[in-house]
Amino acid sequence: MGSTTMLIGTWIAGFLTLAIFSFLYKDNPVYKLAEHIYVGVSAGYWLIYVAFFDVYPMLIQGFQDETGLEKWILLVPGALGLIMLSRWFPRTAWLSRWPIAFTVGVGAGLGITANIQGYVMPQLQATLLPVTGWNIVSLNNVILTVGVITTILYFYFSKPHKGALGWMARVGIVFIMVSFGASFGYTLMARISLLIGRLYFLLSDLLHVID
Amino acid sequence: MAEGGRRGFWEVMNNIDRRIIFLILAVCVTIPLIVSTGGEIKPTAPVIRAHASVESLSPGDYMMISIDFDATSAPELMPMLRAVLRQAFEKDVKIIMLGHIAIGLPLGHMALEQVAAEYDKEYGVDYVDLGYRPGYIAVMIAMGREIEDIFASDYQGTPLREMPVTADIHSYDDIDLLFGFEHGAVIDYWVRYTQARFDQRMTFGTTAVMAPDAYPYLQSGQIEGLVGGLKGAAEYETLIGQPGLGTRGMPAQQWAHLLVIGFIVLGNLGYYFTRKRGRGAA
Repeated sequence: MGSTTMLIGTWIAGFLTLAIFSFLYKDNPVYKLAEHIYVGVSAGYWLIYVAFFDVYPMLIQGFQDETGLEKWILLVPGALGLIMLSRWFPRTAWLSRWPIAFTVGVGAGLGITANIQGYVMPQLQATLLPVTGWNIVSLNNVILTVGVITTILYFYFSKPHKGALGWMARVGIVFIMVSFGASFGYTLMARISLLIGRLYFLLSDLLHVID
Repeated sequence: MAEGGRRGFWEVMNNIDRRIIFLILAVCVTIPLIVSTGGEIKPTAPVIRAHASVESLSPGDYMMISIDFDATSAPELMPMLRAVLRQAFEKDVKIIMLGHIAIGLPLGHMALEQVAAEYDKEYGVDYVDLGYRPGYIAVMIAMGREIEDIFASDYQGTPLREMPVTADIHSYDDIDLLFGFEHGAVIDYWVRYTQARFDQRMTFGTTAVMAPDAYPYLQSGQIEGLVGGLKGAAEYETLIGQPGLGTRGMPAQQWAHLLVIGFIVLGNLGYYFTRKRGRGAA
């Protein structure tokens, strides 16, 4: 039973992989079918996960099991969640601004402290690097510091980019371009890896050409 | 005549049907996959540091694994997930798995069950899958206070306090290392909300696309190691001495990269010569 299920699953996965690949030749109904199956399955999956891993255990079961304030406080997120559904009806759509405002407020409050504490300060600290003589570590530290300063200066638009500022901004562009190049290279590597993964599946699991 | 022939060649190259390029790329990836099982791989410093962070754990220590990817990134992240799990189970480290991408969690669970079976590990005793809760930030912050507040039970509904592996686990204070597998911005949340606030030790495996964004965290010391893309997975497999799909894919990856570099050179030469011809005609 298990192996039969695996076999059918492998065939379905193989068919869907080839259906998606067929778009490389040109758009066609088989590709569209695979695309719609993917979207539908993903949406269904999310719905089930949210219902059974969040709404039921955290809200419904929680309301049944808890007592006192722990129980009644659950009415607040429950009500906010229900109010979100008011967006379906034009006359009551404005009500949905309340849960959105709550979410934005909490998110902004948490985000400000987290970004300062967890990003700005550690990254600033990591940019203040020592130069300890003529060695490769010091050279790296100098390049990193120059890169940070000149890149920031490139985005300083309150003065015309002329003279020393213009020169440093041009150096900043070089660093930005190197960053774009690195990102492009990594992106290419990622896309090739995905192709390798799918072709390995076709050659190994479906066709058994390789182990 | 010779010039005309050259111009014709570059014009043909500039207007080549993209399907021919796809076909060449497919051949370039398929043949190495069939004929080669992988060459010599030299691990880089970020991967060595990631490996060392798991290696630093003692038997009985706890590693939290976060599955923050789905099927679209599985070819890159599954090989490194299996490698990390093998290293952890080899060292008798306890695994607590959870995820922030609902449709990716079954992939993590599959890898967990597969590797656990290789090492005769028992569910609920040596490892557990907590499942999924929506709301990255709320989940991360709440786990700093009490994990049970967010995950009262595992993915099957078994209460945490009824399983030996999680009976005494309450917060990040009980987690010795967090290893996240990321294909998106969840790594930023982990670092900014969990590492900064709770001083949690953490290491990440990311897709190649995400790796450049994660390097600043490595440079600043906020994360201990970084495994980037299929290449990183191959390096990790080399470090644990168990070649897998990462290692197997490297020859294909190398040939594909050489092909793309060749196309970039050809494309730029074609652009240069056709533009020169256009200026000459004007």
